[in-house]
Amino acid sequence: MEHEDIIHRCFRCGYCKFPEGYQDINCPSYRKFGFETYSPGGRMWLIRARLNKEINTSKRYGEILFSCATCGNCMEHCVMPFKDDLLSVFEAAKAELVDEGLIPPGVRDYFKAINVNVNPYKEPQHTRADWVQNTGIEMYSGQEYLFYVGDVGSFDERGKRMARAVAKVLKEADVSIGILGSEETCDGNEVKALGEKGLFQFLAEKNITQFDRLGIKKIITLDPHAFNVLRKEYPKLGGNYLVLHYSQLVAHLIRDKRLSFNELNAKITYHDPCYLGRHNHVYDEPRKILQTIPGLQFVEMTRNYENAYCCGGGGGNFFTDILGMGEDSPSRIRVREALDTGADILAVACPVCAKMFEDAVKTEEIEDRLKIMDLAEIIIEARNQ
Amino acid sequence: MMEKSYEALIEIVGPKYVSNQPEEVFFYSRDPGISEPHNPDFVVMPGTTQEVQEIVLLANREKIPIVPMGASLSLAGLCIPLRNGIVLDMKRMNRILEVNETSRYVLIEAGVSHGVLQSYLNKNYPRLMHSIPDAPPMNTIGGNMALFGSGHLSQETGFHTEMVQGLEVVLPTGEICYTGSCSVVPKWFARGPLPDLAGLFLGWLGTTGIITKLSIRLYPKPRKKDVLIFVTENPDFIPDIVYNITETKMAEDINIFAQPKPDWAEGFQQTAIYITGNSEEEMSFKRGLIRRSLHKYIHNKKGGFMFVLPMMKPGMMESPIRELSRFADVEKGGGFEYIGVIIAIEDFPQLYRDAVEIAAKYRPKWSIMCRVIGRGHSIMFSYAWPFNRANPEDMEKARKALFESNASGLRNGGVIWKPDIEGQSMMMKMMDPNTVHLLQKIRKTLDPNDIMNPGNWEIS
Amino acid sequence: MYTLKFDKSICASCETYDCLVKCRYLDLDLDAAKTEKWRLINGEDSIVLSNCVTCYACEEYCPYGNHPFYQIVDLQEEKNIYPAPQPITNQQIKSVSLVGKREREDLKDPVISLCVFPEAKKPIKGKFLNNPTSFMGRDYFCNLMYLHFGKSSVIKDRLPKVIEHIWDDKLSESESKQLICYHDECFGAFSSWAPAYGIDVPFKVIYFYEYLFKQLKKKAHHIKRINAKVAYQRPCSNRLCPEQEHWVDNIFELIGVERVKREFDREQALCCGSILRMQGRDDLAHELQKKNIDDMVASGAEWCIFNCPFCGYTLSELIKERNIKPIMMLDLCNLAWGDNEENREIV
Repeated sequence: MEHEDIIHRCFRCGYCKFPEGYQDINCPSYRKFGFETYSPGGRMWLIRARLNKEINTSKRYGEILFSCATCGNCMEHCVMPFKDDLLSVFEAAKAELVDEGLIPPGVRDYFKAINVNVNPYKEPQHTRADWVQNTGIEMYSGQEYLFYVGDVGSFDERGKRMARAVAKVLKEADVSIGILGSEETCDGNEVKALGEKGLFQFLAEKNITQFDRLGIKKIITLDPHAFNVLRKEYPKLGGNYLVLHYSQLVAHLIRDKRLSFNELNAKITYHDPCYLGRHNHVYDEPRKILQTIPGLQFVEMTRNYENAYCCGGGGGNFFTDILGMGEDSPSRIRVREALDTGADILAVACPVCAKMFEDAVKTEEIEDRLKIMDLAEIIIEARNQ
Repeated sequence: MMEKSYEALIEIVGPKYVSNQPEEVFFYSRDPGISEPHNPDFVVMPGTTQEVQEIVLLANREKIPIVPMGASLSLAGLCIPLRNGIVLDMKRMNRILEVNETSRYVLIEAGVSHGVLQSYLNKNYPRLMHSIPDAPPMNTIGGNMALFGSGHLSQETGFHTEMVQGLEVVLPTGEICYTGSCSVVPKWFARGPLPDLAGLFLGWLGTTGIITKLSIRLYPKPRKKDVLIFVTENPDFIPDIVYNITETKMAEDINIFAQPKPDWAEGFQQTAIYITGNSEEEMSFKRGLIRRSLHKYIHNKKGGFMFVLPMMKPGMMESPIRELSRFADVEKGGGFEYIGVIIAIEDFPQLYRDAVEIAAKYRPKWSIMCRVIGRGHSIMFSYAWPFNRANPEDMEKARKALFESNASGLRNGGVIWKPDIEGQSMMMKMMDPNTVHLLQKIRKTLDPNDIMNPGNWEIS
Repeated sequence: MYTLKFDKSICASCETYDCLVKCRYLDLDLDAAKTEKWRLINGEDSIVLSNCVTCYACEEYCPYGNHPFYQIVDLQEEKNIYPAPQPITNQQIKSVSLVGKREREDLKDPVISLCVFPEAKKPIKGKFLNNPTSFMGRDYFCNLMYLHFGKSSVIKDRLPKVIEHIWDDKLSESESKQLICYHDECFGAFSSWAPAYGIDVPFKVIYFYEYLFKQLKKKAHHIKRINAKVAYQRPCSNRLCPEQEHWVDNIFELIGVERVKREFDREQALCCGSILRMQGRDDLAHELQKKNIDDMVASGAEWCIFNCPFCGYTLSELIKERNIKPIMMLDLCNLAWGDNEENREIV
């Protein structure tokens, strides 16, 4: 197994479970399930035990591995020199289960949907660009940027609202963008995180071929998950593009005075998406956007920047739902944390987070007290004041 | 019978918090040290004292051993179920119940971790702190207190057990008991002046009951902190150096360490003296007094203060110091275990020499880490040995080093802190027979069915 | 072994004994200075040996280049009168010993030695200098710091090897065979100490600030004048090459920075105190640091420019507490050139 040489080096000291200030458990699966086995250290020891045939593959072992939200808190806070390889170890261990065909049903169904439908929603591809109606956004035909929307932005109702908002903001700033529409394919970030290397390679190569055929050089992503994989993994397969998350471009548009706002009076806090923040170190641009809007009172949550607490949607959990929605679910904990700041709005920059948090505020019955809005929606509201 | 017990446990804590699955059995059968694994039958995570009580009553009925566990970071195998049974992972009991700011104590459930308490106090009571051990922040306060831990305030105020004001305990027979002022009045501010029942549960390694709540002392938190490192080449100087520094009463923490790497450390003893205060004048004053207390060494060129580079300081000033956990990766092997010996200050030099000798035999990479306890009343001297858990031969060498460390500690007049089974056995053989008899008598009285962490504190 | 090129007759004809009279730590009048000097020359015990703070200044004070400080250090070692406690000295000797981690590289000009200061790697890579080739490491370390510890023998043992390492590993492919020294102490080691002991240095050394000034001049159109009042913390090692100090003024003038007139500058510069602390002279260190910083404040300095990272380590926090901003000279030049994070384009 890849990275087999480092597995025994885990000391199970538990730093991986915490953020920098030790406020609370920061590993979503450990927080949810409670047993040490569901923590990063637990996974490392179990992976080694399985390789040494001290335990067998089982349903529970699969649940333990696939409950990881790949939020990266362990990589950030592990004190050992091999910390950057932790998620890769888990990925390699999952890949072994994929190869053996011993994966949880939710994971199996996710792969199957993508294999068959090229998207996890099992929706026909021709409906992929339905969200774009009346936005004025056109198909890609040589514009400066490809606006890569992704599965959640294309098919999920909450995601589609976000896609429309981002498209509107970019259009109003005269950014030259086009989309692939029904030709767009899943980026493969979650597929890779879940260990399906073959399917990921297929998706990535398909996308790279398409991007190159169209002469695409610059890509704006809606979703930090896509941002992550296009930026970090596609170059290894020959796909080299300038990849931006929309918040990075919007921050520059504001700096260059291509977007203006009226006052918007609200108290707002911001959630750092894992794949934008910890995985790719983009922390400042979203904040710069919010701090530029007059009237907004910006407050930070205690767990912020590289200490942010994951919404629970990563690692495929958005689709597989292994972490579930109980009181201890990451998204419910996080919205309670946002509410504690006194904020009226929880700003997000990821459609997965947006959906997870909107469901959470409903379950917590606090939707009248805490509104979930993405950065683009906030900008639009400020411009409409 | 096991099936019946399993269902009974589910009845008590709910299905989510009981496991007899191979994964949990494997993980909870061992700790990061070098002890042999022993499988539990069940791993259970209680959420309340009542649940703990019901589990204990069940265990008595069915004669199932119980091992209470915090974060299992003793590294001495103290949470490994030597006779199988139930491992009780206490970390769900993690509520901070009350902070009494004026009388400076905090009442917590036993599963609260040091890290979470530290964070909570930083945010809500920034003028207060508790004594933080060197173990990783996941270390539970209940566990640390129960095994006589020490931390950054121990030089000023003694072992962590001395900071315990009151306990709520579930006895091995299921009764819920209280020790300290809380047994009489609602507040948990003092351990005495009642008969010191807390002593029945502290240092017993979980063999006399399960601590479910405790109140511990809090201390004023200074705004400033600094560290001075005094370097010597002769361990014989250390007792006098410690005596002189502690006489000033200016240091918060005094740690002495020695290790062969990095190469500038080999052959030197480094005494890290932590000072704290609320103003620069206070800090300056304390630095001055400490420096003057060691003047004769400086004047005779036998010792001096190291220039601590700015990039070194943040790591040294952390609580806990993350570098200490990284020691486990020194052999790229994921493991280390240490023998901690509590010893009189004057015996430091011989222990030091023994450690260097043991290292020469078994371990090229090693560390001596010591803390002065209680303004110079004793030293917690630890011989730390990293090992590669993927290399059985290396683990065997580490075992031998640990054995010889236990022997060295006892031979030189020390008492082993949180001893592993071997260390317990060695000490019990040396122990006064009436004391042994008393230990056994207390255990038999409290735990007639011998269910509490059996295999520990026993004559083998 | 190498012997110091010291000429007794020069001292015999000296009328001022500046080396000891000007010393701000010994407080000797001309007669006392003469007495102590001749004790030193005759190899006898002298209060100079035990009281010298090793600030290097007498190397500058001597108008004849007769190496009074190097002589003191040799004698300290000969007589086992060491400035610092033994464990500290021994620890320092171990901390930067040769480790056999050499790397032969075909470096193109300009080649910069970063000594053992990894923090210099990032500012070197900025757009201003455009990432010139550089190297660092213990096997390329000049070792001159052992002058502070009375250990000439360590320098005599290691420096010739280091010179060989640099020549063989780093300069053989360079066209100019020149080495730019980031740290004044390296420059002083190759240009002053080595020749004083008859050690051949096959390459030419360039003073770092000379290099910086010329780079600034080349790209002068890019410079944004800083318009700040600054104090300059002159390092002890610059005493070994005082003829280079003018580059500081050249740079300041070019980038629009005013070097405030203050008491403890130039020839009157004070030691940062780090070495004094290692020697156990904390009261003196404290006194000097206070005088130095009070002087900066009284002179209206807004920033303090550091040459030596060690001075920076020692004084930065103290300076910040007095609302003066500490900054290394290279960072100052980067700033003047406009190379900072905010100005970098994302696309």
